[in-house]
Amino acid sequence: MSNFAKTFSSSLGKKLVMALTGIFLCTFLVVHLVGNLQLFKDDAGQAFNAYAYFMTHFGPIKIVSYLLYASIIIHAVYALLLTAGNKKARPVAYAVQKGGQNSPWTSRNMGILGTILLIFIVVHMGDFWWKYHNAELPYAKYEISLDNPNDIQVSELPYDANRLIHSEIVDVQAGKQIVVSKDLYKIVNNAFQTWWYVLLYVVAMAALSFHLIHGFKSAFQTIGWNNSNLVPIIRFLGVWVFGVLIPLAFAAMPLYFFFK
Amino acid sequence: MSNNMNLTLKVWRQKNAKTKGELVSYQADHVSPDMSFLEMLDVVNEGLIKKGDDPIHFDHDCREGICGSCSLHINGRPHGPKQGITTCQLHMRSFNDKDTIVIEPWRAEGFPVIKDLSTDRSAFDRIQVAGGFISVNTGGAPDANAMPIPKVVADEAFNSATCIGCGACVAACKNASAMLFVSAKVSQLALLPQGQPERYRRVQAMVSQMDAEGFGSCTNTGACEAECPKEISITNIARMNRDYFTAKLLKSEE
Ligand code: HEM
Ligand code: SF4
Ligand code: FES
Repeated sequence: MSNFAKTFSSSLGKKLVMALTGIFLCTFLVVHLVGNLQLFKDDAGQAFNAYAYFMTHFGPIKIVSYLLYASIIIHAVYALLLTAGNKKARPVAYAVQKGGQNSPWTSRNMGILGTILLIFIVVHMGDFWWKYHNAELPYAKYEISLDNPNDIQVSELPYDANRLIHSEIVDVQAGKQIVVSKDLYKIVNNAFQTWWYVLLYVVAMAALSFHLIHGFKSAFQTIGWNNSNLVPIIRFLGVWVFGVLIPLAFAAMPLYFFFK
Repeated sequence: MSNNMNLTLKVWRQKNAKTKGELVSYQADHVSPDMSFLEMLDVVNEGLIKKGDDPIHFDHDCREGICGSCSLHINGRPHGPKQGITTCQLHMRSFNDKDTIVIEPWRAEGFPVIKDLSTDRSAFDRIQVAGGFISVNTGGAPDANAMPIPKVVADEAFNSATCIGCGACVAACKNASAMLFVSAKVSQLALLPQGQPERYRRVQAMVSQMDAEGFGSCTNTGACEAECPKEISITNIARMNRDYFTAKLLKSEE
């Protein structure tokens, strides 16, 4: 084995892979959240559909998204390898073990929380990512007044294999901009009318919260960034931004469509 | 004495490394709260010997918290319910009359059971031998301050050096990871000038031996530092990781 391969198969090397992929997934969450805030706009999904097109068709972002898919897979595979190794390290279990008296619950259940997240990611990507790329979705046609951008007329166009996924023209004579996009917004809206589907999302976001309350700070400890000035900032971000704000904002989306 | 206690013990009995063990119940009556935990076991053992039974085997030596021999997992926690002490420093006043106390050995692939509660912790010795030393003669004592070391650094190195190698960190960890022990042994030298020449070779050799001994991988639960009788901090683990990654990814000499 080369020295490089040996490094990443050592206990510490595997942890480094976990930490780096984990942090990368955290940065992705921020971008994903900011983009998805378009869902809350009262524009029949015009901004959201334009954003979905941009994210799936702009070269540099496409490259980052492949990195992201790879990170999810590597993070999950290494989680499995580490967990298997850790199980082997204690072949006979204790009859009594009081983990609750010496460590936080989140830190002892990263694997379970991660498994919930993995199931969620598969369902989530199957329903939105896969459908957006492969299903015969209808199109939304937005006619936006040039004088008043809030005046938007929406109509539905049927699926047409030859139609561009997203197109925009300005018709100066008619005084309006016409935007036609594949209507992902509608799929999102429809999906979140089912109560158990909304519940799945809320549970998954709770799991995300617990995963990151421990995971975010843990990743920096693993990398060895534990400078005493840095640690309070990392702890704050881990709990309040990644543990509370981000999961709450994501969970608000299905609830918004359900109760709208 | 009136406040003596009657206790039920559930003790792990295992003939040797090859046989399977089981929890066996014993009655410990008239236990004085002033006894240490190990003295309580001594009394139980006297009773067993008188009956012609095999006494309970457990490790101990100094009985004052400095050698790191004693190693009992008591009611789900290494060294029992108190913090910052070894099993030999635990007293029966930490328990109540009619309590049931479950006593198990350290459980880890790296610490096979020799007999009953006694485990083979020579894996720690092999990790030390792999790199936990300085390969020069120390010579005569140098003049004070001939080698300036900031007080905070000296204190930190000394704190790391207080590890007694008991293995409670491994026992407490849900992954049976030895990283607190190894990082303390790496840090006590990595922090000081004398440790610098072999700093990066040392951390690689010790981590590699730690992996070879079959210990698990840290999940940063913090159980080790909570249970360590010497209150060694997990900052040592971050330092060890930093040195290891620096050695592996950023250095070419060693
Ligand atoms: C959005 C998705 C996810 C994010 C942002 C994320 C983030 C993180 C972070 C930052 C860590 C800490 C790394 C460390 O302690 O060094 C971590 C650890 C962990 N993750 Fe994830 N994760 C995600 C999904 C998953 C999935 C899908 C799984 C399981 C299949 C998983 C399983 C684990 C496990 C078991 C650990 C603990 C590993 C260890 O510390 O040894 N995670 N995650
Ligand atoms: S780090 Fe603490 S718990 Fe681990 S061996 Fe050293 S003294 Fe014992
Ligand atoms: S017997 Fe020496 S530390 Fe307990």
